[in-house]
Amino acid sequence: MNLIRIYGLFLRHFYLITRSFPRILDLIYWPSIQITLWGFISNFFASHSTYYNNAVGVILTCAILYDFLFRTSIGFNMLFLEEIWSRNFTNLFIAPIKISEIIISLVFTALIRALIGLVPAILLTSPLFGISILDLGIYLFFLFLSLYFFGITLGILVSAGLLRFGPSFENIAWSTMFLLAPFGCIYYPIEILPETFQKIAYSLPLVYIFEEARSILIDKTVNMENIITAFSLNGVYLIIAISLFYYSFNQARKRGTLINIGE
Amino acid sequence: MKNLVEVKNLKKNYGTKKAVEEVSFSIKENEILGLLGPNGCGKTTTIGMMLGLLKPTNGEIFIEGKKIEENRIEILQKINFISPYIELPKKLTVKQNLIVYGKLYNIKNLNNRIEYLIEKLRLFDLLNSVTGELSSGQKNRVSLAKALINDPIVLLLDEPTASLDPEIGDYVRTFLENYKKEKKISILLASHNMNEVTRLCKSTLMMKEGVIVDQGSPEELIKKHGRQNLEEVFLKLSRSEDEFN
Repeated sequence: MNLIRIYGLFLRHFYLITRSFPRILDLIYWPSIQITLWGFISNFFASHSTYYNNAVGVILTCAILYDFLFRTSIGFNMLFLEEIWSRNFTNLFIAPIKISEIIISLVFTALIRALIGLVPAILLTSPLFGISILDLGIYLFFLFLSLYFFGITLGILVSAGLLRFGPSFENIAWSTMFLLAPFGCIYYPIEILPETFQKIAYSLPLVYIFEEARSILIDKTVNMENIITAFSLNGVYLIIAISLFYYSFNQARKRGTLINIGE
Repeated sequence: MKNLVEVKNLKKNYGTKKAVEEVSFSIKENEILGLLGPNGCGKTTTIGMMLGLLKPTNGEIFIEGKKIEENRIEILQKINFISPYIELPKKLTVKQNLIVYGKLYNIKNLNNRIEYLIEKLRLFDLLNSVTGELSSGQKNRVSLAKALINDPIVLLLDEPTASLDPEIGDYVRTFLENYKKEKKISILLASHNMNEVTRLCKSTLMMKEGVIVDQGSPEELIKKHGRQNLEEVFLKLSRSEDEFN
């Protein structure tokens, strides 16, 4: 493991972001729009729903958490796609950089990208809706960390698909999060889902994270079991994703995808 | 002169399709070996295997005596590649690209190395230019700088002067000749420009349908096949006998 090489790949994306104001604006724009939109929706629900009564911030907090997950996952994929779009893929893979170094570098860069979008969104919630996500206390850190792991896991899985199948896998990169959202129980309790869907939902870390967020905000109770289960599932999925990434790299070397991927 | 590159019985199949079959050659220190053949004959596949981008179905590649499949990262530190079909990140400036690749190759005294390449390739005026906005000739010089950032002992070139005007093409060829003499590196040159190969290469390999069909110096091949120049030899070997006659 070489920190300079990891830093080098980080620099490649850092330069790209800092050189382009539209890119920075794009990172900030969507989370802020999401938060504003869901802020108004949550205001409406607060006055029309007994479930969310006196808990105006629940939907908004969950929207912020979900957006962080979305940004982390898409951010990771974007970094990978950026290399394909710029026809730099071959240059990257003929550099003496290990797969583990590529993953670590992209994991940190994706975090920076997600935070650039997240911080303004959090700052917006207080003056606009009088809500602070910091109400989740110290547990907020664990929830964010867990979402970050899952976002990265999804990013690695999609990137493994890009390695294996080439740019045609790009559409999957955009749709993964939308596909998983209903099972994540982001804005509603798991009991809303049909029984079969509940089984799928329980196999994902998301449901434990969002159930926990609601539990803290609505019932003012902390269930460490939810947090631990989420982390355990994240660990399993992350190991699977990394293994699949290595497998895809080897398959790409056999099938020649690394040479033709930008074409 | 010792062999820096040794390729033994290299073979690559994509399913039932045979892309490269039983290819063997070596490149000495301070030698440029030409790799010729029609499109789809297996040149890029061979280079891809030498770069570790492709896993050979069979056969072995040694760089400085070390097998690439077992020492991929260590070998990639010592070799580099230029092709007009791959590009550096377009939105980054020339200097940023050189810094990024310098870090990826973990170059000690990177500033000194970049200064050396700037002077060598006359890049000073381009340093703060955005790479995507450069002309083809300028991009080519920047790609050369990237390819030399790690002071490679083996340089793989896939049509390095394709799409360049004759003046810049000549500049690149002269640069490569001088750089090879100065650093005693080994170069594999895949090219469709027969004049370029005649000028730069002491020995050449002719490939067709994944196999080496002939080899020798350009002069030897011209004489052996009774032709006027290397282009005619290329045409003779690429086409079937019926087509040529």
